[in-house]
Amino acid sequence: MKSAVIVFPGSNCDRDLAVALEAVTGTTPTMVWHGDTALPDGVGMVAVPGGFSYGDYLRSGAIAARSPIMHAVVAAAGNGLPVLGVCNGFQVLTEAGLLPGALMRNAGLNFVCRDVALTVENTQNAFAGRYTIGERVTFPVAHHDGNYFADAATLDRIEGEGRVAFRYAEPVNGSARQIAGVVNAGGNVLGMMPHPERKIETAHGGNDGRRLFEGLLATVGA
Amino acid sequence: MKLRIFVTLKPGVLDPQGRAIHHALGSLGFDGVEDVRAGKLIEMEVADSTDDAAIDSMCQKLLANTVIENYRVERL
Repeated sequence: MKSAVIVFPGSNCDRDLAVALEAVTGTTPTMVWHGDTALPDGVGMVAVPGGFSYGDYLRSGAIAARSPIMHAVVAAAGNGLPVLGVCNGFQVLTEAGLLPGALMRNAGLNFVCRDVALTVENTQNAFAGRYTIGERVTFPVAHHDGNYFADAATLDRIEGEGRVAFRYAEPVNGSARQIAGVVNAGGNVLGMMPHPERKIETAHGGNDGRRLFEGLLATVGA
Repeated sequence: MKLRIFVTLKPGVLDPQGRAIHHALGSLGFDGVEDVRAGKLIEMEVADSTDDAAIDSMCQKLLANTVIENYRVERL
């Protein structure tokens, strides 16, 4: 499977995502600069990495979401292409309107950087097919603005539609209903604050994240 | 024309920064503070011909995230 990793000024998890994708798919991803206007031909998925795009100016992910390449990503997502946004990538996807809600400053105001336990809430999406509902997995988080917010009606709706993919097993950042990751209505766009790409082999202290990329590969096909 | 755009969190949206400011004021001995909300002020210089619709569009598309924020425009 060919893949693309978007690179913004200030991205810092782009290479981690590329390493994870290459390890699982066997194909080196194409790194796509934010100023480009088109995705490479034939990619099976797009990854939007963590980091501090544009220095988090205005709001985390706000400027990146309006960059030229994101028009292509939004269009491709609308056609069903799997899109994964991790950490700052999740913020970018909400700012781009691909996912509901917003990521606000952590309730405790501190930057949180540690491993956290998550529960898998739903596997009916392009990424989570190798997990089981209710399973507990451990991914690292490293963020200042991970406090997921949406109004109560939106929260009820996405919960009802099975669009909460991952939930923190413990309070981490004040997120509404401890939501850690959500998918779009089509199940092809996943945004999450925790970093699956940092847990893909046992040398990372765990490999729970590897199955997310394996599940994606199974969805898209080699 | 000079614009001042005030971007504020919607009522009901938790404001951790406002709460921290509130707490700090309390620790300085200012007892009468009942609530603090922190927002942003964006000052812009725009062409005099810029119409309301364009300004509103700037706010909607970039300056405010209307999921969590309200905005108010002041022309100077």
